[in-house]
Amino acid sequence: MSLNRKDLLGIEHLDEKDLQIVLDSVKPFKSLFTRSVKKAPTLIGKTVVTLFYEPSTRTRTSFEIAAKRLSADIVNVAINTSSVVKGENLIDTGKTLEAMKADYIIIRHYLAGAPDILARNLNASVINAGDGFHEHPTQGLLDLYTIYEKKKKIKGLKILLVGDILHSRVAKSNIWALTKMGAEVSVAGPPTLIPAGIENLGVKVYYELDEAVKEADIINILRIQLERQQENLFPSVREYVELYQLTKERLAMAKSGVLIMHPGPMNRGIEISSDVADSSNALINEQVTNGIAVRMAILYLLRPKRKNAGSN
Amino acid sequence: MRVQIKNIRIIDPSQAKDLIGDIFIEDGKIVSKPLGSPDKIIDGKLKIAVPGLIDVHAHLRVPGNEGKETIYTGTHSAAKGGITTVFCMPNTNPVVDNAPTVEFILLKAQKEGLINVFPIGCATKGSQGVELSEIGVLKKAGIIAVSDDGKPISNAQIMRRTLEYTKMFKLPVISHSEDKELSKNGVMNEGENSTILGLKGIPKQAEEVMVSRDIMLAELTGGHLHIAHVSTAGSVDLIRQAKNKGIKVTAETCPHYFTLTDDIVKIYDANTKMNPPLREQKDIDAIKQGLADGIIDCIATDHAPHTDEEKNVEFDLAPFGIIGFETMLSLVLNELVDKGVLSLSDAIAKMTFNPARIFGLKGRGALKDESIADITIIDPKYFYEFKKENIVSKSKNSPFIGRKFKGGAVMTIVAGAVVWQA
Amino acid sequence: MPEIILDADAFQNAIDKISREIFNDNQNIKNLAIVGIQNKGVFLAKRVLRKIIKLAPGNEISFGTLDITMHRDDLNNFHSNIHDIKDTVIPFDMSCKNIILIDDVLYTGRTVRAALDVLMDFGRPKSIQLAVLIDRGFRELPIEAKYIGVKYQSKGFIKVECKEVDGMDKVTVVDLE
Repeated sequence: MSLNRKDLLGIEHLDEKDLQIVLDSVKPFKSLFTRSVKKAPTLIGKTVVTLFYEPSTRTRTSFEIAAKRLSADIVNVAINTSSVVKGENLIDTGKTLEAMKADYIIIRHYLAGAPDILARNLNASVINAGDGFHEHPTQGLLDLYTIYEKKKKIKGLKILLVGDILHSRVAKSNIWALTKMGAEVSVAGPPTLIPAGIENLGVKVYYELDEAVKEADIINILRIQLERQQENLFPSVREYVELYQLTKERLAMAKSGVLIMHPGPMNRGIEISSDVADSSNALINEQVTNGIAVRMAILYLLRPKRKNAGSN
Repeated sequence: MRVQIKNIRIIDPSQAKDLIGDIFIEDGKIVSKPLGSPDKIIDGKLKIAVPGLIDVHAHLRVPGNEGKETIYTGTHSAAKGGITTVFCMPNTNPVVDNAPTVEFILLKAQKEGLINVFPIGCATKGSQGVELSEIGVLKKAGIIAVSDDGKPISNAQIMRRTLEYTKMFKLPVISHSEDKELSKNGVMNEGENSTILGLKGIPKQAEEVMVSRDIMLAELTGGHLHIAHVSTAGSVDLIRQAKNKGIKVTAETCPHYFTLTDDIVKIYDANTKMNPPLREQKDIDAIKQGLADGIIDCIATDHAPHTDEEKNVEFDLAPFGIIGFETMLSLVLNELVDKGVLSLSDAIAKMTFNPARIFGLKGRGALKDESIADITIIDPKYFYEFKKENIVSKSKNSPFIGRKFKGGAVMTIVAGAVVWQA
Repeated sequence: MPEIILDADAFQNAIDKISREIFNDNQNIKNLAIVGIQNKGVFLAKRVLRKIIKLAPGNEISFGTLDITMHRDDLNNFHSNIHDIKDTVIPFDMSCKNIILIDDVLYTGRTVRAALDVLMDFGRPKSIQLAVLIDRGFRELPIEAKYIGVKYQSKGFIKVECKEVDGMDKVTVVDLE
């Protein structure tokens, strides 16, 4: 059982079988968390580098804990984006890290496709930790796993993504993962934040949140970036809150057992009200815990292309 | 020098000629009867002679960007593609908004060029879209048309004045039609693929809004508008309507716009990034129909060389453009002629007779008596794979590397002299 | 043709023998815990557990399963297979237990080495004893079993089938040549 690939660039490239492999692999890693020693020597002697061209605490920390629990050596490289333009290009940076014997490169980049470019120029395993508006596959997988853990299935579930779909790599990875596993996915947001041709990915589009929440088994709320207002994609935060905040009142219109997710970091009081975020319906902390186990599983399931002189 | 090309199929759209015969060249011109025995005989058996191809839209990068291309490498690349005349865009450094730069390009072309080079001048000073450039002076220096190409004139009033002012010089105004606000930060066609890839899209309407505006201004002024690199079905429709109304508008498209869709962007290869971007199948279909119906008059390359270093980066950071000289003819043959979109003669007309007529090139684009002996010899059975190591252009940014072709130029003759041979 | 080392009867006899020896050596049944190594070791461990309970009726014996994949020492070789990871469940406090670790075949000793590491991650057991169905020889580490079903020195591949998953109890050796 393996994903039979070197890199994880996007969920678009995985099929249902691959996704099931990931889902089946997470539990043993998660069970490590309950031991007194929460660590296994699985990746001992391996070097994992996080290469972040965009600030992130949550994802980077999650990868770092995942790698450490598997006994890998981890190095964090943060690139000041302003120096990129005049400085070393991406491929050279990657080759430098590979020359230092990095086995895994976990890249977060503000531009779509940066991990793809790195992956096809390196032997190391490249894991996309979010690239521009493209994908954030480990977030998609941890959301998938969190739903699977609760509901024991994915097929037939109705999942609603709310907010800025246009700029959301999380939405994209969720849409791929969930639709491939047979869920019914819908999105809700203002038309200016719904990307072109999204229906072709098998997604139903709502503009009205009140309407959209009714059928959902799971509501995944996306972070709204306040700077989108300057691009005239919505007129004001006040109006956005009015139209798209998930409130207790809106939650009351949904099915009673509806589960609430958020990839974080949350803007409390903007896309989600505090009482909803802290309600018993919310899976937000489970998402974070599962994120580590899912990332451990991914590190285990990928195969860097390296001829190891040291071991047979 | 007296040359005879024997037993060749001669296709000359200017006189609707398609027959097997001989071509006689006397001192760089075509003559119907030779005055004596030839100094050189070229065997044309199973080959086709057509007027030398004219590419009305290319970037030779001189002056200022010789790292990407030079007149030497650019004209060799064009000659390899069967092109005998190239128009070069003025977005050089400095830009072509002054006579000395025009003269410099012409001098360079004379010194190191293999084929005919005609510069296009800036429509506005510095291509800033604010003040008209000295178009009369540029015309005297030798420009063939005006354009601000990639920096389209956004102010409608300036565009109006350009179309009006150029009338007295009979210079076409070439419009790279793009509303820069609608296309802002865009790097590929807006649609399902841009959504999947997470790349900022350029809607087709960014082109069509400007095609539409410029057609109206051409109607207003009676100036000659030439729409560059048509990429969408909507543009084809707008041009069709304009032509039906008798507005003085002509148009070109490029081989990639009738060959590739934005599906090919999928691996974030910047050699698929150009402006306008690759569109969808329905646009390809409409462009082919537009070519067949004569709505699109010319096929040009938009040859835009960029180095590997510039292209082998994140898709957003890579410059727009692909090279095109060495693949145009084969793509026209395989995608249009072999697929029954155009007859061979009609296809050749779009790269010879039509450009010569539209841009007023005297003595070129035809194989008549007294025509300048610019001739492209095609071998319809020339099978080859387009390989990176065989590219003559200084830059290698082509999405067609690895493609197999049937048919292409095997000899290029400029003013009676063989400048390139396969 | 594969050579049969144990048929169904001999298989069960070997398990019974191991169980009796464990029972004889560990009179304090309360402190006994049986842990099977995934995959076949778990089925063997369950049978040993049942047999010991028969020998000492009325006692509860702690039981766990253990997967060593994450602790393998050959993961370094990225060309090796990626294995399924099965459940590791140790639902008892180890600190006062005498643990009987059970696997099907003892060969190089590397699996047992990894299993010892996994056990230690859960705490500090009082003692660990090793029981195996087949001791195949050719050790690469200083590890020996206390309870052995049969010794069968062989370089061939030993295939253990048990009725829980394979429908019958059988151990065969398949020559690699």
